[in-house]
Amino acid sequence: MAEKIEMPKLSDTMEEGVIAKWNVKEGDKVNSGDVIAEVETDKATMEVEVFDGGTVLKILVSEGDAVPLGGTMAIIGEEGEDISDLLDGEESSAAGKEKAEEKEKKSTDKSEEEAKKEDTFDPILEDVNEKESEPEADTSDDERIKASPLAKKMAKEKGVDLKSVKGSGPEGRIVKRDIENYEPEAKKPAAAVSFDSEESEDIKISQMRKTIARRLSESKFTNPHFYETIDIDMEPAIKARTDLNEVSDVKISFNDIVVKACAAALRRHPAVNSSWLDDVIRKHGDVHVAVAVAIDEGLMTPVIRHADKKNLRQISAETRELAGLARDRKLQPEQMEESTFTISNLGMFGIEEFTAIINPPNACILAVGAIRDVPVVKNGEVVPGKKMKVTLSSDHRVVDGAKAADFLNTLRQMLENPLTMLL
Amino acid sequence: MAVLQFREALRDAIDEEMARDEMVFIMGEEVAEYNGAYKVTEGLLDKYGFKRVIDTPISELGFSGIGVGAAMKGLRPIVEFMTFNFAVLAADQIINHASKVRYMLGGQASVPIVFRGPNASAGQLGATHSVAYDSMYAHFPGLSVIYPSEPDDAKGLLKSAIRSEDPVLFMESEQMYGLKGEVSEEDDYIIPIGKGKIKREGDDVTIIASGKMYHVVKQAAEQLAKDGVEAEVIDPRTIKPFDIEMVIESVKKTNRCVIVDEAHPFGGVAAEAGFLIQREAFDYLDAPVQRVTLPDVCAPFAKNLFDIWLPDAKQVIDAVNTVTYRN
Repeated sequence: MAEKIEMPKLSDTMEEGVIAKWNVKEGDKVNSGDVIAEVETDKATMEVEVFDGGTVLKILVSEGDAVPLGGTMAIIGEEGEDISDLLDGEESSAAGKEKAEEKEKKSTDKSEEEAKKEDTFDPILEDVNEKESEPEADTSDDERIKASPLAKKMAKEKGVDLKSVKGSGPEGRIVKRDIENYEPEAKKPAAAVSFDSEESEDIKISQMRKTIARRLSESKFTNPHFYETIDIDMEPAIKARTDLNEVSDVKISFNDIVVKACAAALRRHPAVNSSWLDDVIRKHGDVHVAVAVAIDEGLMTPVIRHADKKNLRQISAETRELAGLARDRKLQPEQMEESTFTISNLGMFGIEEFTAIINPPNACILAVGAIRDVPVVKNGEVVPGKKMKVTLSSDHRVVDGAKAADFLNTLRQMLENPLTMLL
Repeated sequence: MAVLQFREALRDAIDEEMARDEMVFIMGEEVAEYNGAYKVTEGLLDKYGFKRVIDTPISELGFSGIGVGAAMKGLRPIVEFMTFNFAVLAADQIINHASKVRYMLGGQASVPIVFRGPNASAGQLGATHSVAYDSMYAHFPGLSVIYPSEPDDAKGLLKSAIRSEDPVLFMESEQMYGLKGEVSEEDDYIIPIGKGKIKREGDDVTIIASGKMYHVVKQAAEQLAKDGVEAEVIDPRTIKPFDIEMVIESVKKTNRCVIVDEAHPFGGVAAEAGFLIQREAFDYLDAPVQRVTLPDVCAPFAKNLFDIWLPDAKQVIDAVNTVTYRN
C-alpha cells in the first residue's frame, strides 16, 4: 500500500518547509529510519526520516520549493503500484494544479455557453439593456476635468497638467490637496549622460530570511521601542579577564563576561527579564540569555539557559558550542527557544554603538559596542582609558525608562567591579 | 475690562448716549415704569424722567411712526420692540418711511433712529415668535442691521447706532441678555458699523456667524480643533453693511467657507455672503461655499422638532467636513 510522505512539523512555529536537498530519487529503495530529505524550516535545517520502507514512487516537490505543513512531498510504496488515486487527490502537486485549472476552464466554458443562451433568449430585453447602457458610455467619454477653482489656479502656477492629476474630491474633483501632493513622473535628468546599466539580481528568500523579516518587522512595528545608552569603563573587566584566562582551561571572552553580568543583573531586575503577553506581563522565573550569532545567511539566537546559575567557564564553553552549531545550521529548535533576554554584540566588527531590535517575546535587548581606547579624566588628569558603550532597547509596554536605567546601572557596576558578579 | 451682562452693556450704551446728547430718548412697551421687559432700561426712568423714557401702548405701528417723525425733526429716538416678531406691525414705518425719507426728500431730511429688541427664536415660543428678521431688513436700501453676539460688541455698536444719521435695526436675543462677557472700559467706546471681527484664527476653513449662531460656531470650532481642523471664525457683527473685505481676505487664506445663519435659507444673509465670496474669491475656493441655516419651515413648537430645526454645532461640523473633503 503506497503512502504519502507529508511535510512534518519540525519546529513549533514553522508553517512551511523548503526542500533543501533530496537524498533519494524516484525508484530508490528506502528502509525505515532512512533520511530521505533535508528540510529548511524557519529555524534550522532538519532531516526527514521515513517510518516505513519501500520504493520511492514519486517525488512531488523539487529542491528549493516550499511545502506547507502536511503537504505531500513524495509517495513511497511497492514497486509498480498504481498511485494515480493518491496523485488525484494531490492538489499541491504540479499535476494537481493543472487539473484544477482545467476544471476551472471547463466551468467558465459552461457559463459562457449559458450566458449565450440567455443572450439569445429574449431579443426585446436585450434591446432594452443596450439602451440602458448607453448613457453610461457617454459619461465615461466625458473628458471634462473637474477641478476646484483654487486647484486650477495652483496647477497653472506650478505648471502642473491637470490631466495628469488624480482628483480626490466628489466625482473625482481635483482639489487643493491633490495639487499639493502631486508628484510628477520621474523627470528626465537635464544632462544626457548615459551609463550602461548593470544587471540586478533577484535572490530567492530563504526560510531563515523570511523568519527574520517577519519576526523583526513585527517586533519593530508592534513593540514601542526606546533606547538607553551607557558608556562603561572596561579596564577592570579587561584586567579580570586576563587574570581568569591565566588559570582557565577555557578561554573567557568579553562577550562571556557581558553575558554573565547581564544574567546577574537580570536576576536583580526581574522587570527587565519579562515578556508582554497581551493580557499579562510575565516576569520569568528563569534567566535564559540568547546570544545573536551572525552566520552567512542571516543570524541565529542560541540560548544560554539558566545563565545566571552558570559560571563563566560554563557560559564560555556553551556559547562556543552553540555558535558552532549555528554556523553549521545544526542548531535544534529547542536550543533557540525560551530566551528571556538577548544580547547582540557587534564589538568585534568595530561598531562603537548601535540600537538593536527587540527579539520577541523578550522585553529588552542589549546592543554591545566595541571597547575603545579613549582619553578619560582620572583624578583631574587626562589618561588613556578603555570604554565600551552598550545600548538597551526596551519594550515600553513592559519596561519604563527608570527601570531600564536601574538595570543598566547594575550592569555597569558589575562590569566595573567584576567581583560584584559573584554576590 | 469689566465683566457685564449683555443687557448691562446695552444699558450702559443707552445711558452714556442719553447723558451725552439730550436729543436721545427711548420709548417702547414697558421700558419706563417696569424697567424694561428684559430689564435693559432698568434705572433709566429714575435717572432721565418720563420725558426721555417713555412707556407706549401696545401699538408698534403708532409709536414707530412717532419715532420716525421725531427723528426727522432732529431728535434721536431709540424705539424698543418687545421682540422683532412684533415689529412686523411697524414694518410700514420702518420699511416705507424710515429707510426712504432721506432718498425721497433728496437729502433734506434724515431719520437718525434706532429700532432695537430681541430677534429670532428663543426656545419653544411657537412659529410666530421665532423669526429671524435680520436678513429681511438687510434687504432694504437705507437700513443698517446690526446683530452682535457678545456684550462688548453690543455696547460699542449700540453707541454707534445711536449716533448714526440714518436708521439702524439693532438685533438682540432673549437668550443672550444674561450672557456675560468682558466689556471695554474705554471712555466713549465705539465700534464702527460695518466692521467684522475675527474671533478665532485658523487656516483650514472660514466660518461666518453673527448673533446667537456665533456661540454655536464657537462650540463647533473647539470640537473641530480637537480633530485637527483649525477654523477661522468671523463675526461680521453688522449684517448690513456686510464686511465682505474681511471675509474675502480670510477665504483667500483658508480656501473654504461655511456660513451659519439663524434665518431661513432663501434670500438670507448666507445667500448674499455666499454670492459675494464666489464672485470675489472664485480662484481661491477649493470647494463650493456651504451654509447652515434653518430649513424652509416655520419654527416648530415641539421640543424634539425645534432642536432639529435650529442649527447646532453638529450641522456646522458636517458642513466643515464637506468643504474640507473630510467625509
